[in-house]
Amino acid sequence: MQKVETKRRIFPSFIPNLTSLTRRGLAGWITIIGATIVLSIMLMTLLAPWISPHNPAEINVGPLSSPPNSQFPLGTNHLGQDMLSRIISGGSVMIQVAVLSVFFCLLVGLPIGLLASYAGGIIDKVFSLVMDSLYAFPGMVLAIAIAAMIGTGVVNMALSIAVVYVPSYFRIVRSQVLTIKELPYAEAALATGAKGRSILLRYILPNVVPSVVVVATVNFADAILTAAGLTFIGLGVEKSIPDWGWDLTDGRALLPSGAWWVITFPGIMIVLLALGFTLMGEGLSELLNPRLEQ
Amino acid sequence: MVQLPLLEVDSLTIDYQTRRGNIRAVNNLSFTLERGETLGLVGESGSGKSTLGLSIIRLVPPPGVIVNGHIRLDGTDILTLSEEEMRFIRGKKVAFVFQDPMTSLSPVKKVEAHFVELIRTHEPNISEREALERAKKALNDVGILPERIDDYPHQFSGGMRQRIMIALAIALNPDLVIADEPTTALDVIVQAKILDLLKSLRDTYGMALILITHDLSIVLERCDKIIVMYAGNLVEYATSMELHKNPGHPYTKGLLQSIPNIELAEQKLKAIPGSPPNLLNPQKGCHFWPRCSYAEEKCHMEGPPVVEFSPGHFVRCFREAHSPERSHKR
Repeated sequence: MQKVETKRRIFPSFIPNLTSLTRRGLAGWITIIGATIVLSIMLMTLLAPWISPHNPAEINVGPLSSPPNSQFPLGTNHLGQDMLSRIISGGSVMIQVAVLSVFFCLLVGLPIGLLASYAGGIIDKVFSLVMDSLYAFPGMVLAIAIAAMIGTGVVNMALSIAVVYVPSYFRIVRSQVLTIKELPYAEAALATGAKGRSILLRYILPNVVPSVVVVATVNFADAILTAAGLTFIGLGVEKSIPDWGWDLTDGRALLPSGAWWVITFPGIMIVLLALGFTLMGEGLSELLNPRLEQ
Repeated sequence: MVQLPLLEVDSLTIDYQTRRGNIRAVNNLSFTLERGETLGLVGESGSGKSTLGLSIIRLVPPPGVIVNGHIRLDGTDILTLSEEEMRFIRGKKVAFVFQDPMTSLSPVKKVEAHFVELIRTHEPNISEREALERAKKALNDVGILPERIDDYPHQFSGGMRQRIMIALAIALNPDLVIADEPTTALDVIVQAKILDLLKSLRDTYGMALILITHDLSIVLERCDKIIVMYAGNLVEYATSMELHKNPGHPYTKGLLQSIPNIELAEQKLKAIPGSPPNLLNPQKGCHFWPRCSYAEEKCHMEGPPVVEFSPGHFVRCFREAHSPERSHKR
């Protein structure tokens, strides 16, 4: 008897495994580079208590506003805090806020997008209108307004950022559901007697997830930048918590006196983190687009 | 006592109520289908054949509305059932095979997930292992290796996916399978194989089969009875043997003449001139008269009745109504 060998996939088709990534050309490499940047910054932040040479919040560990030297490789700020230690641990809040805000966005945008667009009619119209009006605001301005209303702190920052980005999720989910619910397999499911709920959860949702993953990854970068912006203008976390956003504020004040190192290094870190997320998101969106497969 | 027919469609009328007006997709159509029987539903695009097929599981897409008539399945009028009761008919009693196998399976679900989902929907008490056993048996019956149940749809060819769709349709042993142009998206060789598969499954499972197609030639040899539809109307209803030997309606004759036949001396195919009418503004009289070579004055004025041409052979045409001596000519 002829034995037929079939290739089995360990992961569902939308999670590419690492070895296949390198074989997918530029998009694969972009994803790997982005993910490497993001993961190393996350790792650095996590290990901060053990690897930073000084306590990042402690003042007068060195001379005030000292330029980079052998003892303080990235210099010190006007309070005599070690900039290297502050760089190592200063991403923590930003990453927490970004993760939390994306989580809030998923929590709200995904179910509302699914239900409203599947139900259609007046419900869809109302939610679309609300989401579109939120979308019409410039993101930063809206985030500032909300943060000013609900106050500072990690959760509040995440909430105000989530409000800004929920419409993106809603719109992408809605457009996908509107397409998928007309596809033959959704109709075929109906013809086999499936309930509306199970069509939504078992046929439509799994096909929406890849697009949502991409939006979420791209949104991480936006959330990082917005979080940095909020902290920069003082709507983020307390001053006693080391944060790249605060260092930017301090650095801006010190820049006229020639202390370029206080603003430059946190700036580079924020750009790097945002770049990492963007590369990862762009790479993933290429990879997950089924039309480009093979 | 006479056994009830499996399916009884009685003066069914379906309208698409669009903003620009009413489109009568199915007009006052009646037929019956016995258990285990095969019915071919033939017509061109827009003749209402798919709408008719979907109406049997009450899934006529909006703005389509069943405005009149009855559809009795085992004696129960399905138009009076609740949506919940209807769910148990779909898939369990009446299964549907769609036209395009490439998109009829969810791309992110394994084949086994499709089966488990289907079987569990109708028989929630069944264990997953038992459901998988049944799925494998169904796959085996359609000629797909049961081991491949672990694969994703994109790992199969079009013909194989259509076999999987058919396996899904027969998995719950339905009384009736409706196949809506099941082979349109496939090439000719696979087409013949799929159709023969459907026929042999019909014999093993004893289900009735409605084969919807625009190709009269493929149903002639595989179906017991044939309904020819034109612009929402039933124009001819007969056994396939009778239809082939003795077509009554000019449209059916035209269709038969447009099938290539290597035994005929004449090499040129005859086509029916013109195109189907716009049903948004239907003209008076017979829908077919502008294309009919036998059209008379009367055909413009009023719609022809359905006449019983010979026993069990119905034709919607004046010619047959007024020339009874023709009906028994062979």
